Amino acid sequence: MGDRPMTTGASKISFGTDYGCCFVDLGKTRIMAQVSCELITPKENRPNEGLIFFNIELSPMASPAFEMGRQSELLVKLNRQLERCLRNSKCIDTESLCVVSGEKVWQIRVDVHLLNHDGNLMDAASIAAIAGLCHFRRPDVGIQGEEVTVYSTEERDPIPLSIYHMPICVSFSFFQQGTYLLVDPCEREERVMDGLLMIAMNKHREICSIQSSGGIMLLKDQVLRCSKIASVKVSEITELINKALENDKKARKTGGKFGFAESLPQERITALKTDVSHVEMSDVKEKANEIVQRAEVPPQTVPCPVLTAPGTGQVGEGLENSWGLEEEEEEEDETVELKMELEEGHEEKGKGDVVVISDSDSEEEDVVILNQVTTKEKASSSNQQGAVASKQQQKKKKKKKRGQ
Amino acid sequence: MKPLSGFRSYCLYLTISVRSAIQTKEGTGVMPSSLSVQMTTQISNVKSPRQSSSFLFTSTMDVCASSSPTLREFGCEQNLLSRPDGSSSFVQGDTSVLAGVYGPAEVKVSKEIYDRATLEVVMQPKVGLPGVRERAREQCVRETCEASLLSTLHPRSSLTLVLQVVHDDGSLLSCFLNSACMALMDAGLPMSCLFAGVTCAIDTDGQVITDPNAAQEKESRALMTFAIDSTERRVMMSSTRGSFTVHELQQCIAVSQKASDKIFQFYRDSVRRRYSKTL
Repeated sequence: MGDRPMTTGASKISFGTDYGCCFVDLGKTRIMAQVSCELITPKENRPNEGLIFFNIELSPMASPAFEMGRQSELLVKLNRQLERCLRNSKCIDTESLCVVSGEKVWQIRVDVHLLNHDGNLMDAASIAAIAGLCHFRRPDVGIQGEEVTVYSTEERDPIPLSIYHMPICVSFSFFQQGTYLLVDPCEREERVMDGLLMIAMNKHREICSIQSSGGIMLLKDQVLRCSKIASVKVSEITELINKALENDKKARKTGGKFGFAESLPQERITALKTDVSHVEMSDVKEKANEIVQRAEVPPQTVPCPVLTAPGTGQVGEGLENSWGLEEEEEEEDETVELKMELEEGHEEKGKGDVVVISDSDSEEEDVVILNQVTTKEKASSSNQQGAVASKQQQKKKKKKKRGQ
Repeated sequence: MKPLSGFRSYCLYLTISVRSAIQTKEGTGVMPSSLSVQMTTQISNVKSPRQSSSFLFTSTMDVCASSSPTLREFGCEQNLLSRPDGSSSFVQGDTSVLAGVYGPAEVKVSKEIYDRATLEVVMQPKVGLPGVRERAREQCVRETCEASLLSTLHPRSSLTLVLQVVHDDGSLLSCFLNSACMALMDAGLPMSCLFAGVTCAIDTDGQVITDPNAAQEKESRALMTFAIDSTERRVMMSSTRGSFTVHELQQCIAVSQKASDKIFQFYRDSVRRRYSKTL
């Protein structure tokens, strides 16, 4: 059986500025995990236990095949595996997350974002999730009788979660019916493999979860061998996580800089960093003043604009409906009354400008052509009102005629 | 919101220009005492609205020298992801953003445009699902990118820009814009101009702060983000929140234009470093 050397691609773990943010590089695969918490009511059948919610996001950045909002099979598989690995193994003490039994418990939410897909997503996701959970600090809570106070980070130091053990997944890919075995396959190897065996284990050599997919048949000694390899790998990775946590803790204590910004590599030609720089403000005010004084006066606004172009009508609140459509009699009465009042207020230029055409082919009773040329806005509005009024009066007449 | 009219504005203008003239000629932050006394009496006689008086007091030259707006330290790394065609990570102080670009690639028939490339911007928040705020920001970034990309060179193709928040400590939209520009450069997509994002905040005293962090943003009276283009330093996109006067807006635009000089210089330096033979 051919094995790849244990130390595959450079594994790197780093933490972000806020608690619970973790970056993992496994070879070229990059993953970011963020842990957050909030207070919710617990489940009815388990009033003493807090909840943990996992969410893996396959960002479209990771691969051109991933699309936003598409629930692909791979996503469901990864989510399920992560849940089994971390929730079912009970690595986190959920009873310590209880604040008030039956009323308020903490819900820990782990969001895992995949940034670059170069294979072996399960391993990277599990490392990121467990490292993030180890790094996370939840706000301190004080209970005094009936009152519960949640202290912010400034008031009291946040407290870490109680974690029993750290389960980490290790994946093995098989080729040619189990002849060849590769640890930590990359994306191209994943595409052509026959089957995959995933073992989740902690450093105490306890298997938390084991899953074989792809339909290959494995012999007992093959599985045992894989588990031995896994235990070696898991202890290495656990060392790595602990070291990274230590470094981060030291940096925060001594007041040194920490976070993603600091982990930006400086010795690469593709990276560059500058220092704090001042912005020259000397002639800013003159420039601003100049621009403001040079600006045109804003156009005069009219509270109720009226359209005067040919072939247009207007409909709207407070404006007269001039589309020439039929209206009900009730409304007619009201509008006619309104118009009477309005016409008294406005100057009337005369209704003589309106031309009425009776077109027997049209669906409407009559067609009214509005006057095109008007100088004053008020005049035009009164004209249009006049037009509608005259039309409606004619309609009334016609209906009366029909009635008779 | 009309500008101060008539005598008052003239007075304001006069005092400012004289002061700045003194500053630039003398080159020190100290004003001759007699002159300053004269100035202050003049100011007190002018009954100007609150913001303009504070504008005079706090942004005068002698105060300005100590509290001039600064840009936090920024850094960038390009080509850090192996799958996307172009990728960049942009860091402004503690705010950091990751951007990945795919394109030009195949486009779905429903989304294709016959004569240009279809640009899609996807923004991922750190916790939870994307909501309305992300959509609004996506729109801002998309309009800026469409204005600067030469999309007619790639008809019936798709360009996808994915932005991921790594840490938000203020000035997030301008960080998005900067990282988007660097990622588009890294992908080698043809652009007519580069763009830079600058955020300005006006705090309760009326002072202009560039590149505010989260605490400063929260206490600000107004927050404005501008995208400035590299060829003529004009405003390509602006997104504002809060209330401010026309004067303040023009001031912030002018400050952003000045600040964008630094960012464009940074782009040049990054690219020069990348294609140089030595570090």
